[in-house]
Amino acid sequence: MPFEELLAEDGRVEPRDEMPDAYRRTLVRQIAQHAHSEIIGMQPEGNWISRAPSLRRKAILMAKVQDEAGHGLYLYAAAETLGVDREDLLDQLHTGRQKYSSIFNYPTLTWADVGAIGWLVDGAAIVNQVPLCRCSYGPYARAMVRVCKEESFHQRQGFEILHTLSHGTPAQKAMAQDAVDRYWWPSLMMFGPPDDDSPNSAQSMAWGIKRFSNDDLRQRFVDMTVPQAEILGLTLPDPEIRWNEERGHYDFGTVDFTELFEVIKGNGPCNAERMAHRVKAHEDGAWVREAASAYASKRSSEAVA
Amino acid sequence: MRDWPLWEVFVRSRRGLSHVHVGSLHAPDAEMALRNARDVYTRRQEGVSIWVLPSAEIVASDPGERDAFFEPAADKVYRHPTFYDVPEGVEHL
Amino acid sequence: MTSADYVLGLADDALVSAQRMGWWISRAPQLEEDLALANIGLDQLGQARSLLSYAGTMLDRTEDDLAYLRDDREFRNVWLVERPQTDFGVTMARLLLFSAWQRELYAALVTSSDATLAGIAGKAVKEVAYHLDHASQWVIRLGDGTDESHSRMQAALDAEWPYLDELFEGAPELRPAVLARIEQVVAEATLAVPEVAPVVGGGRHGLHTEHLGYLLAEMQHLHRSHPGATW
Repeated sequence: MPFEELLAEDGRVEPRDEMPDAYRRTLVRQIAQHAHSEIIGMQPEGNWISRAPSLRRKAILMAKVQDEAGHGLYLYAAAETLGVDREDLLDQLHTGRQKYSSIFNYPTLTWADVGAIGWLVDGAAIVNQVPLCRCSYGPYARAMVRVCKEESFHQRQGFEILHTLSHGTPAQKAMAQDAVDRYWWPSLMMFGPPDDDSPNSAQSMAWGIKRFSNDDLRQRFVDMTVPQAEILGLTLPDPEIRWNEERGHYDFGTVDFTELFEVIKGNGPCNAERMAHRVKAHEDGAWVREAASAYASKRSSEAVA
Repeated sequence: MRDWPLWEVFVRSRRGLSHVHVGSLHAPDAEMALRNARDVYTRRQEGVSIWVLPSAEIVASDPGERDAFFEPAADKVYRHPTFYDVPEGVEHL
Repeated sequence: MTSADYVLGLADDALVSAQRMGWWISRAPQLEEDLALANIGLDQLGQARSLLSYAGTMLDRTEDDLAYLRDDREFRNVWLVERPQTDFGVTMARLLLFSAWQRELYAALVTSSDATLAGIAGKAVKEVAYHLDHASQWVIRLGDGTDESHSRMQAALDAEWPYLDELFEGAPELRPAVLARIEQVVAEATLAVPEVAPVVGGGRHGLHTEHLGYLLAEMQHLHRSHPGATW
């Protein structure tokens, strides 16, 4: 079935189907960027594994950061069905030719940041990702189904951390409020630029890669989050948030996208550290990867002989 | 230096069911592929048995020849039990 | 009756090892290995929690009291697990020695007359069997891989070997089986069994290397900064 007809019927495109080059390129870029975000996203939370304040929290955090490695892996595998190699994609990440989500260029300064990342950053990611489970490209959609299933505990554990802190000592509550203050606006930026400033969105919608606009998803996130903040007993750092009866949605202030573009350009607080950490891990592991390949080729030549 | 080869992973979720394709991973050899598959794809008790095989070994039908491959089966409805009329009252048929 | 000190020794071995293992998550040589090492660290942390909770019933303290509020002189782990490990070869050499010993130890404890300990051992013995397998696979590949990996793996094994002896303190009967297993892997890896003298350890009596203090400072500081808080 030709590509256009398949899309018109809301069918799924599978790896060996014919597809326009631009569709393939867009998918590779988006899936790779998504995968890179998962593995760079291991760092800000990994920063607290050694210092988690209870053994229960330590176990949860290790499992969560491990999941992010898994999610990166599923996504690289989905990208590889489009005829690219993970090694090449990693190389593009390491040389700065492909991006990852800017949210991970913010530091995790206190334990409460682990909670804020779970609640706000994973919450925003889930709003972005749930529609991707119906993406037109089969392997990406299937990877997202698996990711979303596993991700559901991530947001809950973040909420639980903040709830415990905000009902704890005054110092703990202040820590929680500070984390939410710092992570609120960057979380809203995760949905990308406003619709009238998002050049690729229309094409991605037509291709069934994107199902809702940036502003629609951002609104959905705000509507979901504001009542949760009330239950947490924490405030969101935006005096303009109020219920709009007429629209049936919460109004909120204007996101300062100049900050987002600065972080994307590489001027965020942690861009250099995140990249250096990632590149060092890759380079330090080269001798291990080479040794395993050498061992495998020795064994297979023995098997032939 | 090229990356380790790609392997396809199939997991039997419980006894009595077939192995189902769950995804892929990189590993230097079959033994490590099997172990990696355990660590990557069965973290939440998703499986009781795993198969791995090199992705390069899979032989797949060509989507371009889908019509020739699969269309001829479309008009052979007599292969399905619902094709037949059964008089009312007949049981166990 | 098992002594609390004995249980704390096993608990601290697992806890300190898990703390070191957690460092690898986001730093492994390949993405698949990030997941594998996290699984091993989580198993060890789970063992530590069960053992600390059990020791806590004898001492009237919680697992977190024992993990976060003891100083290094009160920790009972062996030296093998407490030193820094930022080289993959060292981590695999250490895991080989540690899990080969744990495997024999827990297999023996399964039949312990202490039902709680036997229960913990019954679960742990399966986990450490997998750790031993993972370490063995890697020691073999690194030993019999490239020239560089061969010499790095041999150096790692030489560096860890002196700390093997301390594991057998109080249970010398485990030594033959543990050594047989390790030496089989070392031979398959085309490596040499190190001929190095054991160091004088003292972990089981609360005498540690200087490294443990830093490990605990990092692990405990947040918990201790908020006395009595719940998390």
